[in-house]
Amino acid sequence: MTLEEVKEGEVYRILRLPKKEIRSQAIRLGLWEGVVVRCNGVIPKGPVIIERNHQELAIGRGLARKIEIEPVSNLKVRERKGEIKL
Amino acid sequence: MICHQRNTNLPFPSHLRKIVLAGNPNVGKSVVFNTLTGLYVDVSNFPGTTLEINYGQVGTDCIIDTPGIYGVSSFNDEERVARDIILSADIVINVVDAVHLDRDLFLTQQLIDMGLPVVVALNMVDEAAREGIKVDHERLAQLLGVPVVPTVAIKGQGIEELKKAVASARPGRPLPELEEMLAPLLPKVHNRAEALLILEGDPWIAACHRLRPMDKREEIYLLRRRWVDEIVAAVVQEDMSQASLRSMLSKWMLRPLTGIPILLGVLYILYQFIGVFIAQTVVEITEERIMQGYYQPFIEKLLSPLLGQGPLSTLLIGEFGLLTMTVTYILGLLLPLVVGFYLSLSVLEDSGYLPRIAVLVDRVLMKLGMNGKGVIPIILGTGCVTAATITTRMLNTPRERTIATFLLAMTVPCSAQLGVIASMLAPLGVRYVIAYVGLILIIFVAAGTVVNRMLPGEPSDLFLELPPLRWPQAQNVLKKTYTKVALFLREATPLFAAGALLLGLLQVTGLLEVIQALLAPLTVSWLKLPKEAATAFIMGFIRRDFGAAGLYSLPLTPKQTLVALVTITIFVPCIASALVILKERGVREALVIWFSVLVSAFLIGGILAHIMI
Repeated sequence: MTLEEVKEGEVYRILRLPKKEIRSQAIRLGLWEGVVVRCNGVIPKGPVIIERNHQELAIGRGLARKIEIEPVSNLKVRERKGEIKL
Repeated sequence: MICHQRNTNLPFPSHLRKIVLAGNPNVGKSVVFNTLTGLYVDVSNFPGTTLEINYGQVGTDCIIDTPGIYGVSSFNDEERVARDIILSADIVINVVDAVHLDRDLFLTQQLIDMGLPVVVALNMVDEAAREGIKVDHERLAQLLGVPVVPTVAIKGQGIEELKKAVASARPGRPLPELEEMLAPLLPKVHNRAEALLILEGDPWIAACHRLRPMDKREEIYLLRRRWVDEIVAAVVQEDMSQASLRSMLSKWMLRPLTGIPILLGVLYILYQFIGVFIAQTVVEITEERIMQGYYQPFIEKLLSPLLGQGPLSTLLIGEFGLLTMTVTYILGLLLPLVVGFYLSLSVLEDSGYLPRIAVLVDRVLMKLGMNGKGVIPIILGTGCVTAATITTRMLNTPRERTIATFLLAMTVPCSAQLGVIASMLAPLGVRYVIAYVGLILIIFVAAGTVVNRMLPGEPSDLFLELPPLRWPQAQNVLKKTYTKVALFLREATPLFAAGALLLGLLQVTGLLEVIQALLAPLTVSWLKLPKEAATAFIMGFIRRDFGAAGLYSLPLTPKQTLVALVTITIFVPCIASALVILKERGVREALVIWFSVLVSAFLIGGILAHIMI
């Protein structure tokens, strides 16, 4: 699935980021493959708001469509195992 | 050659020790800068860019502020300028936001990887405490290998300690993996910082050393990101129990259902402040009472015996005189408007609201060829189109800057003009008000859509950091306003004087009357307006609101009023904004914008006239 299809309040892992330029900017802002983010809001037909730690990012629809993600379900369990950090 | 230029063009005194402030946007860097340097600072335009750099001398040190950046490289002007200043630094004070440590430490670690002597100012520790975030600064210093000083810059806390810590600034602990990568480059480059930037694929620095930029950026960025996350995990303790009012407010601002009413409320307050209070009440005092009541009669009385009635008198103290109109407009009219405008802008900027508006309207603006950020110049345009044209610099691509500038020039009436238009439309009844607003909105959307189709390329996608909402600090707002107003006056005055001189020359040579006569057929037969309306259009070029005011005194039917007002709204921007368009967008683009705006004004006005009258 892509970042366009997220639901507010749910948690996702970033699988793939597009384009070089965006990648570098994204990594600096704390976004890269493997990172787990929380969706803080979806503006109808507009940008998607995601949060990682205390940093909020607004991502335009077109860009969100190009970012591949997967839902992270049993977050607490994996956190306890030390597999991911939120 | 690039290297050579880079170094000699840095506008700072070279014999002083250079202490450079670096940090992400919105971390309180300029507040730290102000408390370190005091009030007396120099501002200089960085060569080849439109960015202003603040610097100030303290003892034998030169303290230099840099634009807020997320990392050192050359993605945009801000980064290129910051990069060059940082490369010339003897010591870097890196200001980080304790609330957003995981974001900010990326730059910190990069500065350390560059091998520069660094001191970290861990700023906003009070705000972090309020958010339930505790940072172990001693452990952080240990992990980074450089001194870390907790500060609350806006309250002056920790600044003395920061000054002392500058003495113990030192290169920290770079990523261990870098040494192997840097080894083959160092003998060629002789400078660790520049070698690292070449590794990270910076084409400018690589060209300096006649090398090719290398493609290790992503590898290094990921290593750095992981290390920073480990540091953050080790030093930050969070209490995530309270969902604060601020995050609720932030959510309300972003959602259309609540966000649009909030936006309308804020716009109304801005309109009351700039459009009503400043543009009418204050300008009435400064322009009419002070400048036209005291200054102009004084200067005319003083000089007319000396100058007589010749052309020189017209040029200096005539209708468009250098000593009359220019001085009156700049000090009586532009100065209060620009002050009010930048005060509001600084408050909006510092509060963190602007990026949220951009998110709210992103969807609509994408259809007009800009992402959400484009709304900011448009909002500012209803205050003053001239100043708003300058703020189109904040947009990502030249394409978006062109579209925003075009829409501003064509469809956004400035506050003073809006005042005159409102007073002419109101007596005609609600139907005419709705017709006017509807027509301008349709033209706005149509113009945006057409330009978006015509220009090659696509709008760039929104990718925007949302800073936390904050109460703006009065000191910072005033300081920002002062700096920007001073710069505006320095830039606008010569442009304005040149424009006034040109008009004066047209008047002296009689060309002005010829132009008036030439315009008459257009106004009478095509727009179906009285022939005196021609004068209003010429006046409209001098000042947008003068054009509307020129129509005010004409005997017009309600339908003629609507035609005239729509035409004068679209009609060419005033001299000041026309010249700013020239300065910002270049001759070729400015000519295209002026010409198409002029043609569409009369075309749309004429069609409207033929349908209605």
